Amino acid sequence: MGNNSDFETGLHALFTRVFGDSVPLETFKRLSGGASQETWALSGGDHSAILRRAPGGTSMARSSAAIGLPAEAALIRAAGTAGVPVPEVLHVLSPDDDLGDGFLMSRVFGETIARPILRNPEFSDARNRLAGQCGTALAAIHSIALDGLPPELQQSDGLAQIAQYEEIYRGFDAPRPVFELALQWLKANAPAPMATVLVHGDFRLGNLMIDESGLVAVLDWELAHLGDPREDIAWICVNSWRFGQTENRVGGFGQLSELLDAYNQQTGLSLSAFEIDWWEMLGTLKWGIMCMIMYEAFRSGADASVERAAIGRRVSETEIDLINLLEANHA
Amino acid sequence: MHDQPSVIELVQAVKAFIDETAAPQLKGHAAFHARVASNALATVMRDLEQRPSAEAQERAGLIALLRAPEYTPTETLNQMLSMRIRSGDMTLETPGLLKHLKQTAMAQVEIDQPRYSGLKTAKA
Repeated sequence: MGNNSDFETGLHALFTRVFGDSVPLETFKRLSGGASQETWALSGGDHSAILRRAPGGTSMARSSAAIGLPAEAALIRAAGTAGVPVPEVLHVLSPDDDLGDGFLMSRVFGETIARPILRNPEFSDARNRLAGQCGTALAAIHSIALDGLPPELQQSDGLAQIAQYEEIYRGFDAPRPVFELALQWLKANAPAPMATVLVHGDFRLGNLMIDESGLVAVLDWELAHLGDPREDIAWICVNSWRFGQTENRVGGFGQLSELLDAYNQQTGLSLSAFEIDWWEMLGTLKWGIMCMIMYEAFRSGADASVERAAIGRRVSETEIDLINLLEANHA
Repeated sequence: MHDQPSVIELVQAVKAFIDETAAPQLKGHAAFHARVASNALATVMRDLEQRPSAEAQERAGLIALLRAPEYTPTETLNQMLSMRIRSGDMTLETPGLLKHLKQTAMAQVEIDQPRYSGLKTAKA
């Protein structure tokens, strides 16, 4: 992409390629910015679609764990086939499109931002149903057959993640005694792994499209990997993802028993809340180290934004959460 | 050295400028970043006010736990504590350890994010 007008020309051609000559592209608008993926809303006639594209068209994964956009498109298709609510992938960009790496998907409407979902009255029915819907969606994700999934997916179970994140944390040479204690506890109490499944990897408010009736689509598959199903269930329980509504363990809106009832019914497993505790501790530690990683982008000069600087001051929120969890598990 | 205005007053003035003058004229990402900047300045003010006593408390806790000499730098004390935990020498069972870590983490969150829900849980 040399310049903006090349990009615009590319968008028009893409829209015509997907929807036909009779429906020209009328509007396009960037929905999100930042260092990760670009998201563009395109519309013309009755059609509206979302283009998810690598920043500036250049393929550069946001972290070493990210799978890349073509693989993400393949996963969304596989998830749709398995009955997971997802947008429909309409087109995966090819070199002919001259738009870089990315894919076009149907536009689903709703809300992704946690605050209105957790507070606004129009979402009260949705909030009541959401934990069960999340259980059903996760059960469907975890039932996807592993053969035929994109080769980019990495295998990463609980102990592998501890090793991976411990190495990153040690690399910062900024010792945090609370993290040390959490690492020791996790290593000493690691449960036996369960059968490997496809793990979404970032299943929480922010990456879920919600409307008045509940879950509309599971988005943002770039951290998907092969691993333990309890990871996904616990991640949405991490206190940071409850957005202030601590009393509702699932995402700030629901109870874990509701999620697990739906999940167990669908999968035939019999997971209990107790089995999620270890993974919630791991998820909390991971989020703390992710905050350190994002702050490092500021410290190293790679991203000079206030946002990247300030996120370093969110590490302490995971420290207090880890202390709360250690106290609860120690009692 | 004079301090009229003090550092806190200067930060307060800049924060008021962002909140009352700059932010209302911004849209989209710029408005979002103005809010982040304003919150960061609030953290700066709390840090200026609370860090001295919070750090003194942390140091006292570390020195007692580690039986370390009074003059040991805080960073070294935290490194020592991290090593003792990592080696298994200090655990959840170690008297006073969890209490010290909790007190220190709470003081830090009071500065970084005083409205964070986990802080309320810790106080309960």
